Amino acid sequence: MCVLGLLDYLNHMNELIIEPGRAEKNYWRDLWRYRELFYFLSWRDILVRYKQTVIGIAWAVVRPFLTMIIFTIIFSRIAKLHSPGSIPYALLVMGGMLPWQFISSSLTASSESLIGNEKLISKVYFPRLIIPASSVITSFVDFVITLGIVALMMAWYRFPPDWHLLALPLFVALAFASAIGIGLWFCALNVEFRDFRYLIPFVVQFGLYISPVGFSTNVVPAKWRLLYALNPVVGIIDGFRWSLLRGESPLWLPSLATSIVITSLFCFSGLWYFRKTERTFSDFI
Amino acid sequence: MSDVIISVENLGKKYRITHQAQQRSSYKSLREIASNGAKNLLRTAMGFARRQHGPDESQFRSSKEDFWALRDVSFDVKRGEALGIVGRNGAGKSTLLKILSRITEPSGGRVALRGRVASLLEVGTGFHPELTGRENIFLNGAIMGMTKTEIRCKFDEIVAFAEVEKFLDTPVKRYSSGMYVRLAFSVAAHLEPEILIVDEVLAVGDVQFQNKCLGKMQDVASKDGRTVLFVSHNIPAVLRLCGLACWLDKGHMLQTGTAHEIIASYLRSATSSSHEWTRADSKARTKPCITQIGLANFSRGSSESFTTADALRVSLTVQSPVVLSGCQIAIRVTTADGSAVFTTTSSDLSLDLTTLEEGTTDCEVVIPGNFLSSGSYSLICAILIPGGELLDVVADKLRFDLHSGLNHATYFGDGRQGLITPLIEWTITQKSCGVASESQ
Repeated sequence: MCVLGLLDYLNHMNELIIEPGRAEKNYWRDLWRYRELFYFLSWRDILVRYKQTVIGIAWAVVRPFLTMIIFTIIFSRIAKLHSPGSIPYALLVMGGMLPWQFISSSLTASSESLIGNEKLISKVYFPRLIIPASSVITSFVDFVITLGIVALMMAWYRFPPDWHLLALPLFVALAFASAIGIGLWFCALNVEFRDFRYLIPFVVQFGLYISPVGFSTNVVPAKWRLLYALNPVVGIIDGFRWSLLRGESPLWLPSLATSIVITSLFCFSGLWYFRKTERTFSDFI
Repeated sequence: MSDVIISVENLGKKYRITHQAQQRSSYKSLREIASNGAKNLLRTAMGFARRQHGPDESQFRSSKEDFWALRDVSFDVKRGEALGIVGRNGAGKSTLLKILSRITEPSGGRVALRGRVASLLEVGTGFHPELTGRENIFLNGAIMGMTKTEIRCKFDEIVAFAEVEKFLDTPVKRYSSGMYVRLAFSVAAHLEPEILIVDEVLAVGDVQFQNKCLGKMQDVASKDGRTVLFVSHNIPAVLRLCGLACWLDKGHMLQTGTAHEIIASYLRSATSSSHEWTRADSKARTKPCITQIGLANFSRGSSESFTTADALRVSLTVQSPVVLSGCQIAIRVTTADGSAVFTTTSSDLSLDLTTLEEGTTDCEVVIPGNFLSSGSYSLICAILIPGGELLDVVADKLRFDLHSGLNHATYFGDGRQGLITPLIEWTITQKSCGVASESQ
């Protein structure tokens, strides 16, 4: 049983050099070696999340469901907006809520994650990337639950998905990338500048207004569409709706392309900044 | 094998400390950066304008200072050795361990580690209060770098060592603090790294558990040729565990050598007491008074510090304007909190009262060694007429510390408790096969 442990141990018999400014050569290998920690940290956050609550995991269902109802009433009944094609308005809202809630909650969680695990950072070594990444995984569990609600609603409205659904993993990956990319920036900055602690709830709230969560991108005038697409969430939400709702919600390719470009920009720069500041986390936190 | 497994060369760690009042918080905020930036701009502009009048920039300079928590530290540790690191608070011990365990980066120098490192800088890092004991064992193990299979292999052992079988499925927030610490240490104790780095973790738990932990660490160190780095203020623990020691002081390496040598010189230096007192206005006195008190090591004349094994010499100088008969000179030793330990007077053995001649008189008293326990004490000296007047009292002018030295009493780390530590002769008589043999 312990053979695996022994192998692992033999693998790391080689010398480790610690020097100032030395970029750790085996960073990615370490990341792989600590994959179990990654799993344990996510597992911990998921376990702890609904401890000592009465309805427990049901919270993950109640919250998006209530938000969906409120958004449907406000945008469909009061603002008299219409959904494209034959899509029920509630499904349109849900298609937007799904990626938005994932992105916003993982952004909030990952930006607080380093500070919340201050003890770990100042007392134990491991690739720090594990902490924000595992907090995104925790939000992904809620995402999966919300996806279940979407499926139930589709059955209720008799609006089954078709082959467009095959593209969904692509958009999930895009949502992942944008959540991690922006999250890396925020969590690394938050270690040194606690201002971001107050900035992030604001950014998330603001993001809800400038993203097409409660309405379709169609309502945005054509001349502003490209400017609107600079918000990477726009392309992601459009993609989710397109693939979930049988392509009846249109996917504008320039918007998707902008979203991909901006997301990868965030991702790479976020990773770069994180790696750059990572070594001083324990001195600043 | 006796190859070098940890080699540290000229290691240094620099922190930048800012003395500016507005940066009292350790968190930087954007506003500060922005306002400092603006100030710098202003300063440059003003400096530029000022240069025509003469250089006067000093008052604007923010006072940043480089603080070296560690400087030029070098040492080697070979396979199977246990190195103790001693030094006062702030000597850089924890910084050194943090660098070795890759938590923080050095500012200079180089370290080579040959083997898997596990560091235990704190007991129970990453324990989550909401999770059960069982869940925390897995979580904590993973944080320490164990794999799931390894933890599963050792699970029963860990639980047995911690003695928490009954509460495995209770959230640790409901644990008593003792149970919590036991479980946390137990996980850490079952790590099996090549190099184990331990920082002051034995300061927790009751004496019995501390001993158990120390025993476990001894096992770790002596079995399989593992290498241990151990920081502790618990001197007997260092002696028990480590063969070698190094002494850090203000970031510098003062000495390395065998644990006994290093600890002896470390203890010798650890003193900051005042051992002499002289009355400032003795000439103006018209009544008999004490003018001088001195305290010295009677056993080891030159030593400035005292261990419990040392006899102490108290010397008093008394001055009297007239011949004074029927008086007593008294010395009382009190503990730091003011309670009297004992009092001795000049008529302890003679039953006669003392007569002070006109002028000055010297007295000397030796407090025996192996008598007082380690701790802080202070002296009260007085001249009095028994049942009558208290002529002069000098209280709390002299303080001294007794350290538990390296005598045979502390050698075994048996923690002699009590107000006094006399060494008492034992007679041990063994009775076997009807033949009695006597030994001391």
